[in-house]
Amino acid sequence: MVNIQMTGAQMVLKAFEDHQVDTIFGYPGGAVLPIYDELAKERDTNQPIRHYLVRHEQGASHSAEGYARSSGKVGVMLVTSGPGVTNSVTGLTDAMMDSIPIVCISGQVPTHLIGTDAFQECDAVGITRPCTKHNWLVKDINDLSRILHEAFYVASSGRPGPVLVDIPKDIQFQTGTYIGPETVKHKSYRPKLKANIDQIDDALKLIAEAEKPIFYTGGGVINSGNAAVQLLREFVRLTGFPITSTLQGLGAYPGDDSQFIGMLGMHGTYEANMAMNECDLMINIGARFDDRITGKIDDFSPNSKKIHIDIDPSSINKIVKVDVPLIGDVAHVLEDSIKLWKSKVYKINKTPLKEWWKTIDKWKEKDSLKFASDKNTIKPQYAIQRLYELTKEKDVFVTTEVGQHQMWAAQYYKFSNPNRWITSGGLGTMGFGLPAAIGAQVAHPDKLVIDIAGEASILMCIQEMSTAIQHKLPVKIFIINNQYMGMVRQWQELLHDKRYSHSYTDALPDFVKLAEAYGAKGIRVQKPNELDKAINEMIEYDGPVIFDCVVEQNENVYPMIPSGKAHNEMLLGDETKKEEISDEGKVLV
Amino acid sequence: MSEIVSKHTVSVLVDNEPGVLARVIGLISGRGYNIDSLTVAEVDAEKHISRITIVAPGTEQTVNKMISQLQRIVPVKRAANVTFEKQGIEREMALVKIVSTGEKRVESMRLSDVFRARVIDTTHDSFVFELNGSPRKIDAFIDLMKPLGLSEVSRTGVVAIARGTEKM
Repeated sequence: MVNIQMTGAQMVLKAFEDHQVDTIFGYPGGAVLPIYDELAKERDTNQPIRHYLVRHEQGASHSAEGYARSSGKVGVMLVTSGPGVTNSVTGLTDAMMDSIPIVCISGQVPTHLIGTDAFQECDAVGITRPCTKHNWLVKDINDLSRILHEAFYVASSGRPGPVLVDIPKDIQFQTGTYIGPETVKHKSYRPKLKANIDQIDDALKLIAEAEKPIFYTGGGVINSGNAAVQLLREFVRLTGFPITSTLQGLGAYPGDDSQFIGMLGMHGTYEANMAMNECDLMINIGARFDDRITGKIDDFSPNSKKIHIDIDPSSINKIVKVDVPLIGDVAHVLEDSIKLWKSKVYKINKTPLKEWWKTIDKWKEKDSLKFASDKNTIKPQYAIQRLYELTKEKDVFVTTEVGQHQMWAAQYYKFSNPNRWITSGGLGTMGFGLPAAIGAQVAHPDKLVIDIAGEASILMCIQEMSTAIQHKLPVKIFIINNQYMGMVRQWQELLHDKRYSHSYTDALPDFVKLAEAYGAKGIRVQKPNELDKAINEMIEYDGPVIFDCVVEQNENVYPMIPSGKAHNEMLLGDETKKEEISDEGKVLV
Repeated sequence: MSEIVSKHTVSVLVDNEPGVLARVIGLISGRGYNIDSLTVAEVDAEKHISRITIVAPGTEQTVNKMISQLQRIVPVKRAANVTFEKQGIEREMALVKIVSTGEKRVESMRLSDVFRARVIDTTHDSFVFELNGSPRKIDAFIDLMKPLGLSEVSRTGVVAIARGTEKM
């Protein structure tokens, strides 16, 4: 059965079946009609592929991401040529930045029309080359099955990422030989999973000697899978070291555990950033020294030795020079590390570690996430705190848009499991949250999925409400509504003398009526004492909800490392004396 | 790390498949790096491996970053800095056309001998010289030819390889 004859369109569906794909997000169009025709024919079979019809291809790409990020599986999308592809570019770039496995199948004009500026033709592989991990234009029907198998392999192995397979319409109609995935092996791409054991031993020696150590973990732990998460927890508990996480890594280690000292970076906790600054050993697991994490690079953790575990060799020494690089998959490296730690009977340096914890506890006393409550207006931080308190007993999946609400969600919503926190970190894509929530809800039909949104971001992909209604996906959209593009306003306040250039939205829709127009439920809350009841009403409603939470307009996200500053130069709140931000700092984003 | 801008030679081994050169060049130009020269040819016909040699100006840091980014491209097997000053050997070929008569013509012929250039085409008024060597040697030859009727130059760009037993 390995080699069978079928059309190109049938091969696409056969490859989906062979790679256990049962869900795709897409939008039909001229150049993918043969594939859509196969989907229609397949609808009456036992296990048809579930196709979710989005309202814009950007929605398809973020939904595929939400599906992938919440389930650990590959997200699959199907779009037509030309605008279908160009509309997908934002989502593909987003997946590229955050290392999310996506397979995008795009239609292309027939081969004889390629290069003629045909209707809905675009150079799909050219346009998506820098925003995919790899892409292919299929020019021969007999290459198609091999390419499809390679696409799934490349997307999901090593450092995951999005791939695109561009299939001209005539190839979809042609008949050729389908070869099964078991016989296809990529020519050269073989990411290294296990790290060098001598280097692991070097790392363990540093860990045993360390006096002021810290674990700094990222999205790589979550990408590596559940085994990595369990091993990380074991290793962190074994050592008793403090642990901080990047935005992408939240949930890998329980957010309410006593060893967890909060998120680090630009809006991370005081204790996490101070500990990064003053540590003598940094153990980076699956993070990439992003500029949001390091602050001013010259003053980044000046006195520490650094261990860096990463599956992507090109991440090593890219931004920060490290002492012990461990190239491999997080789960494999941690498994070997724990084994070796036990067999060599290494012991941690207990007395200095106690002192280190005392120092950290002192920093904690600053209570950098405190905020002043108000009786009359809802503070955005309070809204998210209440949302967390009222939902924490459930297994909740939270997506976000991008901006202040995203940072508050990261600070005040605590995650005890991986894949529950789904946010656009690298690219920072406004409009991500709603379609991502749809993808997460598709992957977890019985779970509570909440998109914590801002009123500006949500409007960027609001059309996906229609998708949620059509496919009966009860996503909850919790809008922190301050009428400003809050993060833009905050930067204009801090860096541009409060000249609020075009960051105020003057003509917002009535979100309650908007919800109703789509056939969803709308809720608006303006008073703190009404909040709990309304949140419960939202949770209990069986269907999509738009929750318009009207909050204090001038609240800023603190703590904050201003641009161009180091970890130990944080602003803790509006009351702290603001130093002039240097011209050098102003040009940073 | 050194902040000095100098020329770096980077060798990249790639699977010879459609679009691979566009991937490499697109990454370099897209990230704002410059290229002085670029050569590419298949070096293993059985395994379909090509070798790309790029000469790019930059600090050691920017070139290292560029190499890191290149290594993320799926069909890139290896990328390394093989700059001459470190351990590499660099060679380039040039075709140089001289249009002149009389004393200048004789002088260009005499100098080409010093540089071990070969005459591969001639008329009464012109020569085409073929010259191999390091890029510096070729630069020097071209400089000397300028007052002697230099008309046109075509250069291959640099190819490079490590000395001794070292393999990329």
